[in-house]
Amino acid sequence: MRRIGVFICHCGSNIAATVDCAKVAEAARGFPGVVYSADYKYMCSEPGQEFIKAAIAQEDLNAIVVASCTPRMHELTFRKTLANGGLNPYLFEMANLREQCSWVHTDKEKATVKAIDLVKMAAAKANKNEELTSSTMPVHKKALVIGAGIAGMQAALDIADAGHQVVLVEREPTIGGKMPMLDKTFPTMDCSACISTPKMVEVAQHPNIELLAYAEVTEVKGFIGSFTVQIRQKAKYVDHDKCTGCGLCETKCPSKVPNEYDLGLGQRACIYKPFAQAVPNKPVIDPLHCRKLVDNKCGLCAKVCPTGAVNYQDAERLFTDTFGAIVMATGYDLYPWEEIYGEYGYGRFPDVITGLQFERMVNASGPTGGKLKRPSDGQEPKSVVFIKCVGSREPAKAKGYCSRACCMYTAKHAHQVLDKIPDAAVYVFYMDVRAAGKAYDEFYEATLKDGAVYLRGRVSKIYQEGSKLIVKGEDSLLGRPVQVTADLVVLATAMIPSQGSRELAQTVGFLPDLDGWYQEAHPKLRPVETPTAGVFLAGACQGPKDIPDTVAQAGAAAAKVCGLLSKSQLETNPMTARSNPAICSGCGLCVAVCPYKAIQLISLADRDRYGKRINRTVADVNHGLCQGCGACTVTCRSGAIDLQGFKNNQILEEVDALWR
Amino acid sequence: MALMTEANWEPKVLAFCCNWCSYSGADLVGLNRMKYPENVRIVRVPCSARVNPQFIIRAFQRGADGVLVAGCHPGDCHYSTGNYYTRRRFLVMKRLLEFIGIESQRFQARWISGAEAVKFRDTVTKLCEDIKALGPQRKLRDQK
Ligand SMILES: Cc1cc2nc3c(=O)[nH]c(=O)nc-3n(C[C@H](O)[C@H](O)[C@H](O)COP(=O)(O)OP(=O)(O)OC[C@H]3O[C@@H](n4cnc5c(N)ncnc54)[C@H](O)[C@@H]3O)c2cc1C
Repeated sequence: MRRIGVFICHCGSNIAATVDCAKVAEAARGFPGVVYSADYKYMCSEPGQEFIKAAIAQEDLNAIVVASCTPRMHELTFRKTLANGGLNPYLFEMANLREQCSWVHTDKEKATVKAIDLVKMAAAKANKNEELTSSTMPVHKKALVIGAGIAGMQAALDIADAGHQVVLVEREPTIGGKMPMLDKTFPTMDCSACISTPKMVEVAQHPNIELLAYAEVTEVKGFIGSFTVQIRQKAKYVDHDKCTGCGLCETKCPSKVPNEYDLGLGQRACIYKPFAQAVPNKPVIDPLHCRKLVDNKCGLCAKVCPTGAVNYQDAERLFTDTFGAIVMATGYDLYPWEEIYGEYGYGRFPDVITGLQFERMVNASGPTGGKLKRPSDGQEPKSVVFIKCVGSREPAKAKGYCSRACCMYTAKHAHQVLDKIPDAAVYVFYMDVRAAGKAYDEFYEATLKDGAVYLRGRVSKIYQEGSKLIVKGEDSLLGRPVQVTADLVVLATAMIPSQGSRELAQTVGFLPDLDGWYQEAHPKLRPVETPTAGVFLAGACQGPKDIPDTVAQAGAAAAKVCGLLSKSQLETNPMTARSNPAICSGCGLCVAVCPYKAIQLISLADRDRYGKRINRTVADVNHGLCQGCGACTVTCRSGAIDLQGFKNNQILEEVDALWR
Repeated sequence: MALMTEANWEPKVLAFCCNWCSYSGADLVGLNRMKYPENVRIVRVPCSARVNPQFIIRAFQRGADGVLVAGCHPGDCHYSTGNYYTRRRFLVMKRLLEFIGIESQRFQARWISGAEAVKFRDTVTKLCEDIKALGPQRKLRDQK
């Protein structure tokens, strides 16, 4: 039998002014199972908690109801009081008399009647509460970081510097992501490669970081503390242990294809490093274009390699490892504007390029050696038009969100054109200038002073006339159409989640938001965590952002990972679903609704009613993965699954009590 | 319990609120000292998807005059997808209740975020007013 103690809190006058606390306490004595009740000025205070502890001992109580503020405030406080008083902390229930009664009502008599009801419900539930115990699970002190842009590199370095092992997986042949592709970075205009390539080297040399470039995550099982992850190392066709990175093979390779790293503006060999400072600084063979691999001709690279590192027989490798935490840092891609922007020529005009192509072009180590040239004829452009929000803030056509970095990088580009070509004319078509960041607005103002002409309005059409591009748009401040003759047009295209990121999220076990960005667990209070425990977010994979924000977020994610890895064991939340195999019919409906992949169908050895051995399929809940939402309980036809702490009979007791 | 007479009848409305959004929305009403009728009793559940249609039938059987199920907005569920199940379940549930003769105002499923104190207050206030106009629920009630 339960011996329930009920404690009514006055909360000073917060409750007592509108609810007759003594009367509620007196009424409580008549509820089933209640053997003791009292009211007190401040239940949560030190003496208040002592009062509860003393009553537990004196009255031999084995369940407690505190009627005070919202459980979101003090449930944990009182659970600890119970534990200190020698009771299981889950033999506790709270009635919310403050936020949901005294503060929202004025009529004391009616509020008191309601308060009595609320306590009655809590006592009824307490009557059915059971002892729950958390179990512990081990934490594998190793982190996995997926994606090695500036976000992934920063997170990996911070975790590794704290003394934990990190595996960093990057799908491209080099780490670095977009940052080393950039020429200079706003607002300080420091050379991007000068600040990112040393980080790349630091990552490669860090004793606690194992770098897996040209690799992908293919499978994730398990849960916080122990994720079992399968990683696929793609075939490089070059033995990196033997290769010295001399680069001879690259110079001898006779087949050339457009270089992805230069976004088609330059060429590369089929045995290649994406760029000169790539890390690892050793080549891979492009199996789709290499003549040896495609039709078994050539083989020149193997012949010239001084160390015999080229291996055309190389194959991909799969291996598994176990991690305590995962950081997602897969970054962004750019909107495929060619597919829908017919008015800008569907990508048919060679002199309409994207901002990232512009970066490669102004970059001294890029395909043009830092010279601004029209892709069509190699001439220096004298009139350059920039168009912002191509794909961003266009809900009807592309994406509704703002890509956040474009206002600033367009100002940077405008400044760079004026810097490199002093007699050039620069026009920027914009909707708004969003320069909200430290020293950002000043940077934009400086670009205006440099002589960039900002025209507020959209561009409706671009067409070719001879060697020139005619850009037609609107100046919405003057309310009239404008037409600019341009040599080069640069589009600030929207950031979108990186290719394959949705599938990767599914593999890891969480859902992206409607635009495909990785959803944080809470937009304000848990910005670097996903809803899946143990999986964290860094950088542009969570939403468009610039480098300072990316690095800050990566550091925050690393701090969370370090917090997790500093424990050797994790306490699990005992309020999870339990399945009763005796009545489970194995239909699997619960498996489908579980957002955490926490339920599995397993085979159970049993006997049928004639005593014959049979195998039955039943649902099995993984308590490490289950977060206790209870969606499964409602789908269960046979009522085999129930949620600890919110069992069917506990909730029904609350309902019944109201009309008892 | 003696049945209330028509004259002093006050409706009793049961509200199932998810812990993360609607329950905290209800808390915020209090924090802002907004007022709503005393007829509402809230049951806290982890997620609106935890609310079994059986709970609603039971509430009506015991004598509830109205029932509200409130959860996070679609897309905002703390458990990512729970409220989508709620939405589908209670669409069907609502039709069933109407079919057996429960006035549609008596059962509501609503999305109320932790920030929407005003929406919580307005929703329950309207619910109580509607139900007062309808009178006691007798259709499913055990004690007629
Ligand atoms: C034209 C342009 C100019 C810019 N200029 C500036 C500037 O001047 N200053 C500034 O602050 N910001 C600037 N930015 C923004 C900046 O590029 C981003 O803030 C930054 O690159 C984000 O870093 P990230 O690591 O999150 O993403 P990324 O740089 O995109 O890196 C992601 C990495 O993850 C890898 N990856 C993706 N999917 C997988 C997978 N499934 N498995 C393994 N690896 C994967 C990718 O290959 C990549 O290496 C600019 C952006 C553009 C488009």
